[in-house]
Amino acid sequence: MSNYRTPLREVRGYGSAHHGTGHWIAQRFTAIALIPLLLWFCFSLLYTVFTADYAGAIAWIHQPWIMLALILLVSAVFYHSSLGLQVIVEDYVHTKWLKTATLIVLRLFNFLLAIAGILAVLRIAFVGV
Amino acid sequence: MKTADRPLSPHLQIYKWPLTMATSIMHRASGMWLSIGSAALVFWLICAALGPDSYAIAQSFFHSGWGIALLMLWAMAFFYHLCNGIRHLFWDAGKGFDIHVAHDVSWVVIGIAAACTIVTWIFGFIVMGGGA
Repeated sequence: MSNYRTPLREVRGYGSAHHGTGHWIAQRFTAIALIPLLLWFCFSLLYTVFTADYAGAIAWIHQPWIMLALILLVSAVFYHSSLGLQVIVEDYVHTKWLKTATLIVLRLFNFLLAIAGILAVLRIAFVGV
Repeated sequence: MKTADRPLSPHLQIYKWPLTMATSIMHRASGMWLSIGSAALVFWLICAALGPDSYAIAQSFFHSGWGIALLMLWAMAFFYHLCNGIRHLFWDAGKGFDIHVAHDVSWVVIGIAAACTIVTWIFGFIVMGGGA
């Protein structure tokens, strides 16, 4: 049999999934980033934040390293969440239009929540206590 | 073609769920549950950014019975998803695919996740002074 694939197709390596390894790598990359970030956040919630009043919570967030970590955390969480939910929808929703619509809504929703979370941290950063 | 009166395979009434299948399904279920939890994280951050009055709303919600129950379930889902996620990273490296290893490690994952969850719950109740 002759090979009907063009050289470009070969080098891209796209199979029937219509996408490459970018999704897979991004999911692992965010997963590894989230291990320390979420362990730190859970510990901080219990140790500092949960019993703090408003001033205490703001004072905790309003530290440069904490804000950096929170922004990284929110970004990685919603990126990872978006990728994971996408795979679940692709596996179980088989009606074409419903699948596409669900994927669009989920991606927009995750993007919106990530932006909202980052803006909230930045507002505390710049407007202050 | 006559297809009636034949048993269907797999025989769902007598089908024994492999443990690895259950842990896989739980990974997805906990992931979906945690994506709702991350929305709660953003809710908390927005309330903090909007000022003392809105922060009091978040505070009263997360200290209510429902709030604490949700936080406990999110903690459980987090530790399970974390432990099983680390196992996924080992699988990605090509390690732990042997059926018996995968089965045994499933119990290890469930055990460590349960232990971390219970320690976190106890720590949480101590922090709150035995229920605020």
